[in-house]
Amino acid sequence: MFSQFRRSFIPTCSQLSSMILSENSAFMTVGYCNMASDFRINEFTDKYLNRRKAEFTEKLEIFSPFQQATIPIYRVTNSEGQFIDPNYDFDFSKEMAVKMYKYMVTIHEMDKILYDSQRQGRISFYLTNTGEEAAQIGSAAGIHDDDLMYGQYREAGSLLYRGFSIEKFMHQCYGNAKDIGGGKQMPIHYGSSEHHFVTISSPLATQLPQAVGSAYAFKREKNGRIVLVYFGEGAASEGDAHAAMNMASTLKCPVIFFCRNNGYAISTPTTEQYGGDGIGGKGIGYGIHVIRVDGNDLIAVYNATKAAREIAEQNEPVLIEAMTYRLGHHSTSDDSSAYRHSEEVNTWHQKDNPIVRFRIILENKGWWSNEEDITYQKNIRKEVMEAFLNAEKVPKPNILSMFDDVYKEMPKILQEQRDELVEHLNKYGKYYPMKNFEGS
Amino acid sequence: MATTRLIMKSVRSLGKIPIRYSSDIAFVPSQADPSFGESSKMNLCQAINNAMDIAMESDSSACLFGEDVAFGGVFRCSVGLQNKYGKDRVFNTPICEQGIAGFGIGLAVCGSTAIAEIQFADYIFPAFDQIVNEAAKYRYRSGNLFNCGKLTIRTTWGAVGHGALYHSQSPEAYFTHTPGLKVVVPRGPIQAKGLLLSCIRNENPCIFFEPKLLYRTAVEDVPVGDYEIELEKAEIVKEGKDITVVSWGTQLHVALDAANVAEKEIGVNCEVIDLRTLLPWDVDMIAKSVNKTGHLIITHEAPLTSGFAAEISSKIQERCFLRLEAPISRVCGWDTPFPHIFEPFYLPTKWRIVETIKKLIDFQY
Repeated sequence: MFSQFRRSFIPTCSQLSSMILSENSAFMTVGYCNMASDFRINEFTDKYLNRRKAEFTEKLEIFSPFQQATIPIYRVTNSEGQFIDPNYDFDFSKEMAVKMYKYMVTIHEMDKILYDSQRQGRISFYLTNTGEEAAQIGSAAGIHDDDLMYGQYREAGSLLYRGFSIEKFMHQCYGNAKDIGGGKQMPIHYGSSEHHFVTISSPLATQLPQAVGSAYAFKREKNGRIVLVYFGEGAASEGDAHAAMNMASTLKCPVIFFCRNNGYAISTPTTEQYGGDGIGGKGIGYGIHVIRVDGNDLIAVYNATKAAREIAEQNEPVLIEAMTYRLGHHSTSDDSSAYRHSEEVNTWHQKDNPIVRFRIILENKGWWSNEEDITYQKNIRKEVMEAFLNAEKVPKPNILSMFDDVYKEMPKILQEQRDELVEHLNKYGKYYPMKNFEGS
Repeated sequence: MATTRLIMKSVRSLGKIPIRYSSDIAFVPSQADPSFGESSKMNLCQAINNAMDIAMESDSSACLFGEDVAFGGVFRCSVGLQNKYGKDRVFNTPICEQGIAGFGIGLAVCGSTAIAEIQFADYIFPAFDQIVNEAAKYRYRSGNLFNCGKLTIRTTWGAVGHGALYHSQSPEAYFTHTPGLKVVVPRGPIQAKGLLLSCIRNENPCIFFEPKLLYRTAVEDVPVGDYEIELEKAEIVKEGKDITVVSWGTQLHVALDAANVAEKEIGVNCEVIDLRTLLPWDVDMIAKSVNKTGHLIITHEAPLTSGFAAEISSKIQERCFLRLEAPISRVCGWDTPFPHIFEPFYLPTKWRIVETIKKLIDFQY
């Protein structure tokens, strides 16, 4: 009997003991968890997530990049040049609108003449702006004339809008004695301190963190200026793009990042460039304001840039991704039919041409006519051709200027090298193309 | 990269773990030009700090930025400067060397004086494209429409006893092959302060390498006022008639040590020259010295092949052919990555220099 009692007691005791332990454990866990969450939520919110509200979750969920809403494409007009909102308050003055249109046509005509001149071997290289005129003119118009611009290479329209003369474009492409760059860079590497357009260089994306540094200088000077920096969607894959956006965000710089997403980096389509929500999708990750815009809609680009400038002025960086299409070859060294069908190009050309879209708007307003268009195209072609032919007659710079501006002053060793070349040319000059250069 | 540096910092902060130093350098103090005025005892990092203090005091556009500079820097070169000049002028950047260099270029393009810090010279390579393709070519490619002359990149440099592959490098030769840059290396506090102020005020992009082994160990009476030491000018640190020895940075002191040993043990009288600026360098002073002594040894910590000694050798051979009594010798780091436990055997020690001095003096043809 006693034996039986003892045998039944032991399990009961074990069970009871287990219950007590379990209860204690649960109690302590709950209490500890509440206390810990309180302090950590504040830490994470204030410091780790830049004042974005932190919260815990017990739901195991890994976020898919397709789960986030795609950034929409802001536009004012459709491809046929019709306002989406019939009551849209189009507040451009006639003068401004016609001027913007003329700049787009001018760039287009200049492109045709210079492209052909390269095919004829008269200049060494050229790169057209075809299809991206609205993105250039609209963005340039959306900021102030003394805002600083950094370019990639397909932004000649922005510089033209700033007042850079057709003659100066020609001189740079020829690298003649009137080239303010001194004939040192390949064609289309324009620059102008007078027009606040920093001289272009070939290495991709290097201008992005530079633009951020310049913007920081403006912020410190409190001069009210901002920086606008252009780049293509291919350049956005460079490490410098990551550097720039992160620094613009942490150092709170008055800069607009303007990305021309034209679908291709030479032969590489965007499907092989990135897997995310374009370039705009990266901005949020850095804590940068973002807008995606129809790059072929001049009004939309202008509005977006103008609004972005107001934000940038408050020392907050903004990223604008302008969706457009590269109608031309990448450059004169590229035949784009090798990697994209002409049907694709023709479709964009015929159905969504930025110049045509804006012309329709002007015509519907009664600000422009077919006759005026024909006349302007003829006149500007003549003007461009005249500037082209004049530039071709200008001699190349003095040979010895190739030694200038390596440093602010010329070091002795470089003076010696220059003198060495002088002595050499005095003896062997007949074997060099001396006659094309000034002072020979 | 960041992890490696964090480990480095952790090791240094654990005071109880003894740090093994296998490089024994006998720092040789210099005397400052008396015209520079009143002096105070400073080590190298204090002299650097003082130089930046003076630069920022005298130029309201000057900014100092980089990784960890706000709290004083991992070598303490920027201690107190954020407090004194504000968070907008002395500030941390994200951990990204190409960003630091590009940002600095942008500041300088707009006329601000940019003092960028790269935490170790070993990590300057992510910024190589910005430095070589951009900073160096900015003025030239724009026809002088734009420039980034007000950029100075300062970075720690050279062996430190235990730095191994990524905390010991001497990358100056990569940059001396780049027209448009100035490359400067001081040997001690007096030189560092004067040369750094010259770099900051120079209107060309400058790279300033700071020998980190000397940050705390090199102490001199440094003039407290504002003074500059001329760039592109070498200095004869010890006069001699038998052989010329050229070096820079920490290795300059090894050369001096070797010169003393050679004098006592071999009876050779060495002239020791601190090159100071490597690009553009002072050809004339070296040539003049070699025309006097007839012998040349160049010594640097960096690997032999394509080290800057090669440039000096070639130019002096061209200039002093008729005067050279023996082949020009280079005593340098071996052509290996910089090793951890083998540091004593890697470095071009004073004994290797002494041996070479003997070989040159005994040279028969």
